[in-house]
Amino acid sequence: MGSDVLVLAEHAEGELAESTFELIGKARELASAWGGQTHVAVLGAPRAAGALGGADVVHVVDHPAVSVYSPEAYERCMLSVLEHVQPKLLLLGTTTPGMDLGAALSVLWDAPLAAYAVGLVAEGDAAVATCQIYGGKLMAEVVLESERSIATVIGGSFPPSPGRSGGAGSTCTDEPPDLGDLRTVVRGVKVPEATGVDITAADILVSVGRGIQSRDNLTLVEELAGALGVPLSASRPIIDQGWLPKAHQVGKSGQKVKPRAYLAFGISGAPEHLEGMRDAELIVACNTDAGAPIFDVAHYGTTIDLFDLLPELSARLGG
Amino acid sequence: MKLIVAMRQLPDLVEELELDSSGKDIDREYLTFVSNEWDEQALEEALLLKEATGAEVCVVALDEPDVDSTLYTALAKGADRAVKLTGIPEGWMSTHDRAAILSAWLAEQSYDLIMTGVQAADDLDGQLAAIVAARLGLPHAAVVVRVDAKDGVAVVSQELGGGTAVEAEIRLPAVLGVQTARQPPRYAPITRIRQAMNAGGLEEAPAAVTPGVRPGLRRLFPPQRSGQAEMLEGAPADVAERIIDILRSKGLIDAGA
Repeated sequence: MGSDVLVLAEHAEGELAESTFELIGKARELASAWGGQTHVAVLGAPRAAGALGGADVVHVVDHPAVSVYSPEAYERCMLSVLEHVQPKLLLLGTTTPGMDLGAALSVLWDAPLAAYAVGLVAEGDAAVATCQIYGGKLMAEVVLESERSIATVIGGSFPPSPGRSGGAGSTCTDEPPDLGDLRTVVRGVKVPEATGVDITAADILVSVGRGIQSRDNLTLVEELAGALGVPLSASRPIIDQGWLPKAHQVGKSGQKVKPRAYLAFGISGAPEHLEGMRDAELIVACNTDAGAPIFDVAHYGTTIDLFDLLPELSARLGG
Repeated sequence: MKLIVAMRQLPDLVEELELDSSGKDIDREYLTFVSNEWDEQALEEALLLKEATGAEVCVVALDEPDVDSTLYTALAKGADRAVKLTGIPEGWMSTHDRAAILSAWLAEQSYDLIMTGVQAADDLDGQLAAIVAARLGLPHAAVVVRVDAKDGVAVVSQELGGGTAVEAEIRLPAVLGVQTARQPPRYAPITRIRQAMNAGGLEEAPAAVTPGVRPGLRRLFPPQRSGQAEMLEGAPADVAERIIDILRSKGLIDAGA
């Protein structure tokens, strides 16, 4: 039975994702507990292998079909790497590739999957994952004890591995599997349009969520943002409703922000949102639900209704 | 072109969730169930595709609490068919079991595109779209934010995070996990939902698979509150003062503000 841990590296334009280093750090810890090695698969970015000093073995699969992420080509390559490495555990991010591949490979590679993991420890031969469920309102402890398993990990759950320079222990270039007759073909990559709003550059963000209830009520947060002279940001429901443009979105599918102060109004704090703002220096959250997960990352909180608090703040800051 | 939208029910997360006596599931007795918000996005994108291409939209869901309301609402919004798969046990079900039940039903259907929400609040063992696709041997994509389809090919925008998206052509049939439709889900007036209910037209089919896949779930538990937030109490005016003091003490606003 294998005792190795395999990580899929994620990259964009040759840059490795921060989450990849977090997974490698955890993979090293687990592999060492099981007496195995840390393997990293890099698909389509051979030069990125040079920054993977934390890995014992890096497997590079290079082919034009994987230069940009595409589920079908990645899936075939990962199946071939898995066949070759036979790891005990495959670690992926809770990212677009992780959601595609984790779920599909759990069928195709026949391995149980624990999704949305925020904790992962070795318990004898097993891995025990602590996973978020019901939007982070509960946690689930999942025991992965079969000889092969998969965990998809939420970004920011583990400290990143320090090894970023120097080569890995060894690097091998794996022959790509048959990538002919793919049914999925990438036509291009679209980067977000510049809108003049850069919420990542702001010192203070006034951020709004579902609790604001209607588009008309946005004037309340707009007034506060205006009084402070800072941009407005928002969680996903506000963007999905079309109340604010995409450039204002904080979270996994929006922007990761790290302002000096993040003022959150009516945001409950879904895991995908917290991922995008938990590193703010100061977080002040206003939500009527005292049990909202946003209060786990906030420094200061209040359960006062935002409709009562916002006018008071704006009146004092409006000058 | 035939589109199938797989929808499902979930506990309304606005409510307090309590554990049952097993400690492995939530106590469902007094919970309200609502449709998965991402499935509503998938339905909206499917209805937009129908408007653009004349495709037929069929909605399918497992018989879970209050599912009739979700299915009739889908019909009121413009879905052509709604199918309820019956014989579903109560309680939490793994995505692998859901996928097995849906795949068995899908095997009897004709379709070009299967759409569902990118994720669900309790899909602890993975997201539905890719699991169904892997079982059926179909191409798939998660976190889809736009779908156009014609002549056996879907053009799909798949978001990679930070607003970057890959545009890909996928040969149909395929399975898509939709994150966001290109416009907010439409509203169905209650009168039209009632009309749909009065007209009946909900099809039923027995689930052909007995669930049995349990990931090694040991227990559910409330997250350890890090308790780091210092709660500010008092009247709105007092709390506003405190927040301004905090911002001022960090040098984030002028002392005079």
